[in-house]
Amino acid sequence: MRLPMWVSQHLAALRALLVLTVLTGIVYPLVITGVAQLPGLKHHADGSLIKVGDKTVASALVGHLFTDSDGNPLVQYFQTRPSAAGAGYDPTATAASNLGPESVVDTLPDPSKPGDAGKPSLLTQVCARSIAVGKLEGVDGRRPYCTPDGMGAVLAVFHRDGLTGPVTRVVSLNQACPARPFVSTYQGVPVECAKFGEDYSRGVVTPIRGDAPAAPAVPADAVTASGSGLDPQISPAYARLQAARVAKARGVDVSAVLKLVDAHTTGRALGFMGEPAVNVVELNVDLDRTYPIHG
Amino acid sequence: MSSTMAGALFVASLVIGLALAYRPLGDYMYRVVTSTRHLRVERVMYRLVGVDPGGEQPWGVYARSVLAFSTVSILFLYAFLRLQHYLWLSLGFPNVVPSGAWNTAVSFTTNTNWQWYSGESTMGHLVQMAGLAVQNFVSAAVGISVAVALVRGFARKQTDRLGNFWVDLVRITYRVLLPISAVAAIVLIAGGAAQNLANGHDVHTLAGGVQHLTGGPVASQEAIKELGTNGGGFYNANSAHPFENPTTWTNWLEIFLLLVISFSLPRTFGRMVGSNRQGHAIAAAMAILALGSVITINVLQGLHHGTVPQAVGAASEGVETRFGVLDSATFASATTLTSTGAVDSFHDSYTALGGGVTMLNMMLGEVAPGGTGSGLYGMLVLAVLTVFIAGLMVGRTPEYLGKKIGAREVKFASLYFLTTPTLVLAGTAMAMATAWGKAGMANSGAHGLSEVLYAFTSAANNNGSAFAGLTVSSTWYNTALGLVMLLGRFLPIVFVLGLAGSLARQTPVPASTGTLKTYQPLFVGMLVGVTVILVALTFLPALALGPLAEGIQ
Repeated sequence: MRLPMWVSQHLAALRALLVLTVLTGIVYPLVITGVAQLPGLKHHADGSLIKVGDKTVASALVGHLFTDSDGNPLVQYFQTRPSAAGAGYDPTATAASNLGPESVVDTLPDPSKPGDAGKPSLLTQVCARSIAVGKLEGVDGRRPYCTPDGMGAVLAVFHRDGLTGPVTRVVSLNQACPARPFVSTYQGVPVECAKFGEDYSRGVVTPIRGDAPAAPAVPADAVTASGSGLDPQISPAYARLQAARVAKARGVDVSAVLKLVDAHTTGRALGFMGEPAVNVVELNVDLDRTYPIHG
Repeated sequence: MSSTMAGALFVASLVIGLALAYRPLGDYMYRVVTSTRHLRVERVMYRLVGVDPGGEQPWGVYARSVLAFSTVSILFLYAFLRLQHYLWLSLGFPNVVPSGAWNTAVSFTTNTNWQWYSGESTMGHLVQMAGLAVQNFVSAAVGISVAVALVRGFARKQTDRLGNFWVDLVRITYRVLLPISAVAAIVLIAGGAAQNLANGHDVHTLAGGVQHLTGGPVASQEAIKELGTNGGGFYNANSAHPFENPTTWTNWLEIFLLLVISFSLPRTFGRMVGSNRQGHAIAAAMAILALGSVITINVLQGLHHGTVPQAVGAASEGVETRFGVLDSATFASATTLTSTGAVDSFHDSYTALGGGVTMLNMMLGEVAPGGTGSGLYGMLVLAVLTVFIAGLMVGRTPEYLGKKIGAREVKFASLYFLTTPTLVLAGTAMAMATAWGKAGMANSGAHGLSEVLYAFTSAANNNGSAFAGLTVSSTWYNTALGLVMLLGRFLPIVFVLGLAGSLARQTPVPASTGTLKTYQPLFVGMLVGVTVILVALTFLPALALGPLAEGIQ
């Protein structure tokens, strides 16, 4: 019996798929996994785990939070970057924030729902982090387009004729009442605080640069989330900023801490690939080993 | 060294690496697809499949074989995903929901690797390595097979035979993709990538917290994910994840892998049509477009225009510390110029214009250098259109590589060209007109439109990257984008094979003094011009409402 052409063609297709599945889907990954058991590769293949004593505490490649159970930074440890992975550095929910460059208007908290935090824009998140890091490290946390209280400095400017004409009303969009707006007047018009639920969409969204220094004291990586949400590294600038606080908490000289920072700084591969970076996980493990905190 | 200098050297070293690989890899692939010898393993495979490797196929049979193989692949993968809970290494994850399984089955079979799900919380190890990664190999091989069939159409004369799909599929998988992937996987492990079958485990951190570290056969999948221009990440974070892309130099290697086959195929093409110069011309057109894009994105990301990047002082949102802004921009450009769609940084947080260029890269039709195989056949179709337009200007019958470009050829080429813009623009319009389309947006205003436009552009061009803020796990998005991916892959393939069949039948016309020399810089310039102008005219209005509106505030 001869099968119709189209049936035999699909049977051949199915058999081809099964043969190639065995080859590329079973044999190939298992052979690679087998080769990965070789010394020199096995440590990496297993996830670059770090042991303290006989207890596994981390992967050298995956960052984690160095905070207490309330989310406050532990002062004796270098801090990792902000993270959008789950509740922070959750490897089962890796993610970026995916907020765009003009994500500047917050969804305000609903006053009728206690504990509602609203949905802060990327700009407000950046401003708030900058103030928090500045406070922790004892430096100026101000940034361009940020209010002094760490919100995005963004006004809704209403004009008489829509987009043109004299300004009739101005609202500071991210400062929920009863907050005092970061500027009192704009083009002679008093600035209002924002009320939850009010529609400001007819106003022109206008970010205000302010007088913050162009080169903020808090580095860029300290205020932005990474792509993976697991970034184990920070910039050397952010590590240096944290060194004094860590040294004080551990009662050692800052130069000793900076020496460890240097030891865990990776330069660019071949001198030109990527950016220099400090591995926070390895650095903190090393700190605990070299300058343990007793008590 | 300054970051700018380092970023420039990074690009330059990639150009050198690709230039060095062009000839040996192109020649090797030429031998693979033209050799008359079958390896013993391959003979065994042909026997198991039940096909005669000596029997060549006319274009219709070749196309039906491609479609049969892809249909079976989609059904098989769909069943695999729907049943994963009952299988070994499922990690306890439930079966994938029907609309999600449909979307993923189509996505991986079409070389798109659009992902509505997070790998680490949806897919077991077996379905990743024996379901998804298998399609990483074979969908790439299908693309190269179709490209080779089109080149045979140019190279052969007075025949209706375009080769044997099963032979092309097996050889390209076994002789090209498998060995390079194996070497690359080992190198990635040496760099730190994970490769195990473990369930993952909980660790108690120094700070007293608990962290669940994930396991998995990551490196083996990562290698073919880049080499086959697939892009489907083992994890949600894709190539930003430290287990997938641990160091600055694995980042270089991954960019190299995702470009190397597509940039070397023009050499294979040149060898097959008996004129290396023709291959150089195609490669040159690809390189000009690619370099232009890479430099543009690097500059735009470096300048970090936009409110948030200005507040931060760098476009570092969604960027890993080790890669930095510039090398991430190079990755973003390479992944959208090809049909890869892997990401090592998140395009949704890019500057408006930088993100706009990633979109424009895909809108070019992914021909610079494009996906494995699909880039070459896309560029050759544009070359056919270019000689046609040039022919109209001087009033001669156009010809390319000795073949007359008549009404039938131009019809196939035009249908090919019209498919993706139709899918992108109609799909975006449909989503914007409905509640389900707008429900998914994470950002508001122009950026929200960009998210939707990006999604349909990515799906129709089989890229797979995203402005990932858009929530696409709804039944509507899964179904619609699945359809767009399917049509965006297989309609062009049928048109390309039809074109190949019609070219192969012709008797070549001898070159005369009036023949357009398609290996000269003039032609390369025209080809680049046609590519850019056709795209600009088609997509400019849509881009003006999205990234341009956002970027020129």
